Amino acid sequence: MKMTGAQAIVASLKNEGVKVIFGYPGGAVLTLYDALYAANYPHILTRHEQGAVHAADGYARVTGDVGVVMATSGPGATNLVTGIATAYMDSIPLVLITGQVAVSLIGRDSFQEADIRGITTPITKHNYLVKKVEQLPRVMKEAFYIARTGRPGPVVVDVAKDVFAAELEYSYPQTVELRGYRPLYAGDEAVLEPVMAAMSRARRPLLFVGGGVNLSRTAGEVQTLAERTGFPLVLSLMGLGTVPSVHPRNFGLVGMHGTYAANMATTECDLLVGLGVRFDDRVTGLLEHFAPKAKVIHFDVDPAEVNKNVRTDMRVLGDLKWSLPALLQRLDPAETAGWPGKLAPWLGQLEEWRQENPLTYEQRDDVIMPQAVIETVSELTRGEAVVVTDVGQNQMWTAQFYGFKHPGSWVTSGGLGTMGYGLPAGLGAQVGCPEKQVIVFAGDGGIMMNCQEFDTVAKFGLPVKVIILNNRVLGMVAQWQRMFYGGRYAHTDLSGRTDFVKLAEAMGVPALRITEPRELRETLERVLALPGPAVLEVRIPSDEDVLPMVPGGARLDQMVMGGR
Amino acid sequence: MKHTLAVLVENRPGVLTHISGLISRRAFNIESIAAGYTEEAETTRITIVVEADDMELEQVVNQLSKLVDVIKITDLTGIDGIHRELALIKVKASSETRSDIVDIVDIFRAKIVDVNRETMVIELTGEETKIDALCEVLADHGIIEIVRTGKVALSRGPVPAKDL
Repeated sequence: MKMTGAQAIVASLKNEGVKVIFGYPGGAVLTLYDALYAANYPHILTRHEQGAVHAADGYARVTGDVGVVMATSGPGATNLVTGIATAYMDSIPLVLITGQVAVSLIGRDSFQEADIRGITTPITKHNYLVKKVEQLPRVMKEAFYIARTGRPGPVVVDVAKDVFAAELEYSYPQTVELRGYRPLYAGDEAVLEPVMAAMSRARRPLLFVGGGVNLSRTAGEVQTLAERTGFPLVLSLMGLGTVPSVHPRNFGLVGMHGTYAANMATTECDLLVGLGVRFDDRVTGLLEHFAPKAKVIHFDVDPAEVNKNVRTDMRVLGDLKWSLPALLQRLDPAETAGWPGKLAPWLGQLEEWRQENPLTYEQRDDVIMPQAVIETVSELTRGEAVVVTDVGQNQMWTAQFYGFKHPGSWVTSGGLGTMGYGLPAGLGAQVGCPEKQVIVFAGDGGIMMNCQEFDTVAKFGLPVKVIILNNRVLGMVAQWQRMFYGGRYAHTDLSGRTDFVKLAEAMGVPALRITEPRELRETLERVLALPGPAVLEVRIPSDEDVLPMVPGGARLDQMVMGGR
Repeated sequence: MKHTLAVLVENRPGVLTHISGLISRRAFNIESIAAGYTEEAETTRITIVVEADDMELEQVVNQLSKLVDVIKITDLTGIDGIHRELALIKVKASSETRSDIVDIVDIFRAKIVDVNRETMVIELTGEETKIDALCEVLADHGIIEIVRTGKVALSRGPVPAKDL
């Protein structure tokens, strides 16, 4: 069928089952947007390209589908960069279609020209520059295939302006032929034998559950594994939600702001089974002293994660959707029935750690404590909400105090730690699951970085609830200044004249502010019950720390404890 | 230790950027990199010499393998093969020193490819150490400039790198 390049892209999106596009038009993509217009394709217009890419990222995290973004050349494309890097670090599948100047103008520093392929090379799984219209169907097919298979990630398709208008005979390929890309699904089952032997021998085993479990949708298998083996588990930030927070085997977040029990368990275990984790430095603390007594088994889909940070003793390479069922199938119920009994002393020890040093905070009635805000929201939503955060203290308090129940209900920028992520990711998440309650926790710093998206939320009537924990400081950085820089608060005082209630209202989002602890529960109930979008600004103390904390470069068992 | 990797990649625009970008981003220690066409029009072969311990080498290979356009990586280190590099060396050569340089060139089985009143250009193909040795000897005469291709390598026997 004869059509233009722009129409071919729209047809490809239909072929891939893309339900919605997040984007912002501009000169180089006029023809593409004209084709969207003609097709009446669902499109969420954000107010900044960065908002579009974070929204597509939030959408992808809750739906498991590929998020699709469109932006124009030059500044349109470069505004995507932070969002692409965010998605890349957390392995989120995105396809980003950017306009490029016309073929004849490429390389001449033309108006709104930027080498987005060059710029995004280190932060994409793959990228393309399309200069011939005939390449479009193959490139689109490959882009979606690469984005969603294996270890997912963002793929940029940069298309020269004249390619959108050029004509081609369109047919969408059924298969891809990529000699250099063979994503691993099933691995070698033989490696499971020594793994099971090690699991059987272990007296102090620990499962370490990461974002790969969320991405591969294997939370059920992980829970079954924990229950059948009796192994306790800890979670990385990206692994939250995979196993309910209240699950008796779940000892919570591990790492810099992890629980005492999780960090002690990691230090004392004799077998650490990493499931879809990448042993990030925020998890390991001082690498030489990470899990020093343990044999480490690593389950992952990406061979390049093997021995990248932590030297492992055994690896199971392949999709967790393959390896976990294969492992469960091999576990002999007659044998594993005896394991929980054998592990009783170890489980007793973990329970003791948990009782000795639970996550806690000072109960005060003169100010609203941020942890109390999270706990109250957790209670009111019964853990059923999709929880989105910005980055910093708000993110860590949410990770510590929200009682997660469901996989895929946790949206946060883990790897890159992108401030300004929360609001746009929250609106994208709401587009992805209109029937669910989406709650964004942000600080007063992060919310300002993409506050223009209040307008998008209002315009599309997305019932996102945004809770701004306003401490009038760049909280996490100020915490480090307090702890390690002698309280010299270099440029972390954010107190200004911005009235967040007026700011939100100016863009059409109803907003409230509370300052007194007695207002907390009742106001939250009211805000959460509102049918449309809403903002609640909560004034919290400026000097509250996120604790426990493993100082940067310290051992995991050297925690600064908190709570009183 | 030094490892010689044969990297077969799709002959597409941007491939070298992807590879060199990854190498610099991951802070791998690259000694040399040489690329060229192969017996298949769609394949480019890149020979990379990397200084790495076993763990670093594993990362280099794994990370490079992740690139969509990288088809196959073979470690030619320790495989019986031919390792060559080409160097062009421009040395100062007056009428008094010229015959001495010619003697050196003969001993190394190098070639003189250009002569003028003040200089000579010498071409040498060989293993890295041989080129290093020639450069050292010629240094006494005054080297003006050197260009080296970086190492290329091929295994002996009938099996190509893509099947090793």
